[in-house]
Amino acid sequence: MSDVEYVLEMNHISKSFPGVKALDDVSIKVRPGSVHALMGENGAGKSTLMKCLFGIYVPDEGEVQFDGKPVKFATSRQALDAGISMIHQELLPVPFRPVMENLWLGRIPVKRYGPFKFVDNKKMLEETKTLFAQLGMDIDPKIWVRNLSVSKIQSLEIAKAVSNNSRVIIMDEPTSSLTSNEVEQLFRIINELKKKGVAIIYISHKMEEILQISDEVTIMRDGRQVGTYAAKDLTMATIISKMVGRDLTHRFPPRSNTPGDVILKVSDLTSAETKSFRDVSFDLHRGEILGIGGLVGAKRTELVESIFGLRPIESGSIELNGKAVVISSPESAITKRMALLTEERRATGIVPMLSVLENTILASLPRYIRRSGLIDEKRCSIDVDKSIDQLRVKTPSSKTRIKDLSGGNQQKVLFARWLLTEPEILILDEPTRGIDVGAKYEIYTIIADLAAKGKSIIMISSEMPELIGMSDRIMVMCDGRLTGILDGKTADQETIMRLATQFM
Amino acid sequence: MAENKNTEDFQTRSMTRQKAIKDFSIKYAIYLVFLALVVAISIKAPAFLSLQNLRNILSMSATRIIIAMGIGGILITGGTDLSAGRQVGLAAVVSASLLQFMSYPRRMYPNIPELPIWIPILIAILACALLGLLNGMIVAYLKVPPFIATLGMMVAAYGVTSIYFDRPPYGAQPIGGLRKDLTTLGSGYVGFDGTYSIPYIVIIALVVAAIVWVIHNKTRFGKNIYAIGGNPDAAKVSGVPVQKSLLAVYTIAGALYGLAGTLEAARTGGATNNYGNGYELDAIAACVVGGVSTSGGIGTVPGMVIGVLIFSIISYGLTFINMNPYWQQIIKGAIIIAAVAVDIRKYLAKR
Repeated sequence: MSDVEYVLEMNHISKSFPGVKALDDVSIKVRPGSVHALMGENGAGKSTLMKCLFGIYVPDEGEVQFDGKPVKFATSRQALDAGISMIHQELLPVPFRPVMENLWLGRIPVKRYGPFKFVDNKKMLEETKTLFAQLGMDIDPKIWVRNLSVSKIQSLEIAKAVSNNSRVIIMDEPTSSLTSNEVEQLFRIINELKKKGVAIIYISHKMEEILQISDEVTIMRDGRQVGTYAAKDLTMATIISKMVGRDLTHRFPPRSNTPGDVILKVSDLTSAETKSFRDVSFDLHRGEILGIGGLVGAKRTELVESIFGLRPIESGSIELNGKAVVISSPESAITKRMALLTEERRATGIVPMLSVLENTILASLPRYIRRSGLIDEKRCSIDVDKSIDQLRVKTPSSKTRIKDLSGGNQQKVLFARWLLTEPEILILDEPTRGIDVGAKYEIYTIIADLAAKGKSIIMISSEMPELIGMSDRIMVMCDGRLTGILDGKTADQETIMRLATQFM
Repeated sequence: MAENKNTEDFQTRSMTRQKAIKDFSIKYAIYLVFLALVVAISIKAPAFLSLQNLRNILSMSATRIIIAMGIGGILITGGTDLSAGRQVGLAAVVSASLLQFMSYPRRMYPNIPELPIWIPILIAILACALLGLLNGMIVAYLKVPPFIATLGMMVAAYGVTSIYFDRPPYGAQPIGGLRKDLTTLGSGYVGFDGTYSIPYIVIIALVVAAIVWVIHNKTRFGKNIYAIGGNPDAAKVSGVPVQKSLLAVYTIAGALYGLAGTLEAARTGGATNNYGNGYELDAIAACVVGGVSTSGGIGTVPGMVIGVLIFSIISYGLTFINMNPYWQQIIKGAIIIAAVAVDIRKYLAKR
């Protein structure tokens, strides 16, 4: 190893996508044996920066230096071979194989017997044990990875990075699914790594963690670097003020809705799943937009999916129009005139190979069946064309495959799908995620119009400006619990952030 | 209070015991089915439990085990191979045509001299290995889904075999008059007499199974195919040579079908272009009953062998107790579905 001051430097990185400047002159310098935290709201550019490092994106400007030499990685494999590993939020194990085989996958030790090479199980086991001992990890090398907890799988990935002789390890939201004990464990491992001279880039929302573990902190906002600071000079308050604080005018349409009486009343709802939400109570009024804020992992999606009958409930009650109801499945939620636009548009929303028309009528198909048992195609296409017009979906025709539309237009088709079911309550889970800025405004307009027509809307969002700009009231969750309900007119980002981190 | 606590303790203990029994039965479901079958048949016909029957069942299973060893490896990578049966047919025809005895009047090749036995066998194995390699290339490089790739190969391989089979001077007719050394390989045995002996083909099948077990468990290649089937993305980013491994798996499978086809010809004393038809489905059924997952990443050699044996016992045992063969079909079908329905509980997500 050479004695460079910084093991990794990313200098003046800029990257634009059509319509958006995702990164604007961002520089970070990482010292060996240190933890460099990267902070910012969703969409601030943290992941784009890391993707530029791993060759997933090619930056428009700027250069990367590793170990004092300029480098350009074309694939994440090249970065890995050079000594830069990433522990992804979604982990990548081979489930039904032993821990040690996962650890050494791709370079399993072998021993030569004449012309044959056989796996050296003894050596593999010993090296695994030594490595785990060095890192203070307590994992049985022989059990199936499938039987490990998320935190153990994460430890395994870290061990894999270490065994690869990685000198820089990037951890993306490493604690999002860990318990506090497990976080302590992770921090102990990080300290071990620091002693070995490994540099860590630590991406997280959680301020307390960052203040506890990091040496330096780079804060990003809207693709720009607010600054890099020594962690000891920062407090939670200063971080919040640096992360938020931006111009909010004209990003949201005017709203003319007036919330009426209570349509949905949720009382003391507790999930039947472990480590999920508990004791959540709130009201939703007719014609109201109720925002749900919180950090990733606050169990907001789990809450709305439970209300919609997708996940089991342990206790608590739901009242619809003053009557207690049991919603055991999405079908029963739909017949009670509720609709859910899921967070993962690609995974659980669109059917990519089907046309705009087919995607639109999917949830209300029974209404288009003629007495003969065949589909009334004429009425379908009249209604779909009407929706396309109303929601201003940009598509060549209703017969175009939905996969060929932009994210924003796909989302509009999903709105059209659920509006055809004539719902009274619309639940929107991150309705503008992955949608470019221009299309966002159109989605906001649709939401505002619906509320003005008396529809009740629950909107989960991780973007605070969106929450404040669109909601009549904002409920904030942290760690599965409701931490406060704010008035949309007076709410500010600092208060939301404080509530969202109340138990951290 | 103390009493209360004891009852609770007792309850939790009996619950954990129930759970342990359930886990045990799920884990060893296949073996329990196997045992239940043997017991049921033996009660109906106690004579079933004899060395002679065991020997018959084993010889019946030998070539199927070899085919299952080939197809099992492919299933572990998350693939499948519908061309296995037709490849067996090709090997049977090729090796039989080159191993007819000199004085047989209708030799396919009247003019070639008597070859050492290993040459025709090797040619048959290589021919199938080549088809396997082709399968592998289509799957690994052209990215054609294995089901489609091998479906095409299944159809085409039958064509190849039939062209080879239907040729002058005598046209399409069963290849007979096989040499003594070949038929001995198929029906000979080591030991004293019919009962206290082990057929050669059983020994060959067990040796093949042992070698495949070593490949799957003791080589880097073996570990890699499990990783490829278990999580292709993880395998790729970890630097596993995914494409080369796939080529190797399909090629090895082809070679094994080649060996199995030769032994089928040897065992039955002849060959036609229809040999092996449908064997791939039997082999896939045996593998999944033996605990191999068709979605990849899961499966063991002993499981595959047991899977084959279960089907042989069903055919042999149920015929032994004079069960209507159509009923046997229904039972086989039910066992395939039931075995997988139980086995899959091991892997389903716990919610």
